[in-house]
Amino acid sequence: MRLRFWFLLPTRIWLVLLLAVPMGIVLVYSALTRGAYGGVGLPWSAENYARLFDPLYVAILARSLLIAAGATALCLLLGFPLALFIARAQKRRGLYLFLVILPFWTSFLVRTYAWLFLLRDTGLVNTALLSLGLIREPLPLLYNTGAVLLGLVYGYLPFMVLPLYAALERMDPALLEAAADLGAKPLTTIFRVVVPLAAPGIRAGSILVFIPCVGAFLTPDLLGGGKTVMIGNLVQNQFTTARDWPFGSAASLILMAIVVLLVVFFLRREDEEAL
Amino acid sequence: MYGGRRAVDGVSLQIPRGAFYSLLGPSGCGKTTTLRMIAGFEQPTEGEILLDGVCVNDRPPYERNVSTVFQSYALFPHLTVQGNVEFGLRRTSASDIGRKVQDALALVELTGKESRYPPQLSGGEKQRVALARSLVMNPDVLLLDEPLAALDPKLRKQMRIELKALQARVGTTFLFVTHDQEEALSMSDCIAVMNAGRVEQVGGPEDIYLRPKTRFVAGFLGAVNWINGVGVRPEALRLSRELPLNGDRSREATVVRCVFLGNCLQVHLRLSDGAEAVAEISRSEEVYQASDSIYAWWRDCDEMECS
Repeated sequence: MRLRFWFLLPTRIWLVLLLAVPMGIVLVYSALTRGAYGGVGLPWSAENYARLFDPLYVAILARSLLIAAGATALCLLLGFPLALFIARAQKRRGLYLFLVILPFWTSFLVRTYAWLFLLRDTGLVNTALLSLGLIREPLPLLYNTGAVLLGLVYGYLPFMVLPLYAALERMDPALLEAAADLGAKPLTTIFRVVVPLAAPGIRAGSILVFIPCVGAFLTPDLLGGGKTVMIGNLVQNQFTTARDWPFGSAASLILMAIVVLLVVFFLRREDEEAL
Repeated sequence: MYGGRRAVDGVSLQIPRGAFYSLLGPSGCGKTTTLRMIAGFEQPTEGEILLDGVCVNDRPPYERNVSTVFQSYALFPHLTVQGNVEFGLRRTSASDIGRKVQDALALVELTGKESRYPPQLSGGEKQRVALARSLVMNPDVLLLDEPLAALDPKLRKQMRIELKALQARVGTTFLFVTHDQEEALSMSDCIAVMNAGRVEQVGGPEDIYLRPKTRFVAGFLGAVNWINGVGVRPEALRLSRELPLNGDRSREATVVRCVFLGNCLQVHLRLSDGAEAVAEISRSEEVYQASDSIYAWWRDCDEMECS
């Protein structure tokens, strides 16, 4: 009992100082009024929460959820075949997994900038297409929702692939043979055997991709060029340029509440299925 | 070719319809590869696989009317017993599915367990589900890959009898892969003994046990004493204190030790020419002591001439 206490103590201190206390501060700020020179002040107010129901902000929130859902779906669509391939590979599995996590070796910011250089009007893709004579004018590859989606899918694909791989790797290969043996064509086998067995990995991967995507601000900022505003950008703006900390706090708490509700819903369904 | 190595070479077998046919051999002899080629999981580099006289080499597993019972059973863990058994019946009409599943489950005596999931079943029950799942497809051939290996010894002996009875009831051709000679002998109509990718001998259980063509077959199916080039099984070797009448089918021998095996007495001998031999005699016979000088003899019908 004593050992357990001391063993957990560093984690407890860490969580209290760096999670609970900041959350408390944000909660208090969200119920205060914006100070004359930034910062926060009295009186207490629920105004910041009421403001979020403005159609403008509702639209931003809805767009964020939609883009995050789209990015998650795309990650699943791209990640599933990849994870299945790696899990079924006879050799070089270690190499493939290494390649999946290789992007983490450099900063997310740098990698997002790299996309900027690839996609802009004078970037690699447009220059190549122009010089090949396939297009006359540069394609508008950057500063739109598509570019934001691309950046998010690129950035969070490994979070989908790894849990999927973990789920698929445990699957007995004889199950695939059994399905074929019972007359199932390859695609039927995937949908009736592989996908159901990968369900825990699909859930874990979707949560791991959806949560950071819904709160993303760097990708929409750089690749969306400020035209595709997501809730993360809204929060960031309130704390920087707009200097409205109470409203920024309220927005970030609402975002967190929505994410928690979605994840709880997701996990509860899993529990029900487990029964 | 399998993994760059020739796993099966020049195997030519004819499996009669409705037979209980066994492929028997040590691990790595190519029996499982042969089975997997028939199922369609492996491709032969040469030769043809004919089903009902039709070459099925180019057909994927899902287009061959054969069904496999896997060593690990390979039941779908996310599906109930019912779900597993009806997995292959997708193209059948719904009312038929219910009846067919019920019939298949009744056949393997699993009625009432429809809504269980595989992890909730015992080893024997899992095996029955695997059998029902395959039999419900009404395959031309049922392929069984060491299906009893994962069961405990007592259940294994019971399942031998049940499997044989099941085969007699449904009349489906069973192709049974095993490394256990007792299993093969007790269930099969016909046995192909394989070694190092080749078929050594094909025949009925008595044929291959009593009249093995090669020393490998003789040795794989049971213990053999090699005396002057002919094989005599330990249970066929008789002992006596007096000189037996059939002079050239007897040897002077010294008892080395006696081992009590419960159902018989095993007598280890040193023959007059220095070779060792083992005789298994019934307990009621005379008691022999180590270093007794006796005679070992056998009948000519118990001699096995092998190449």
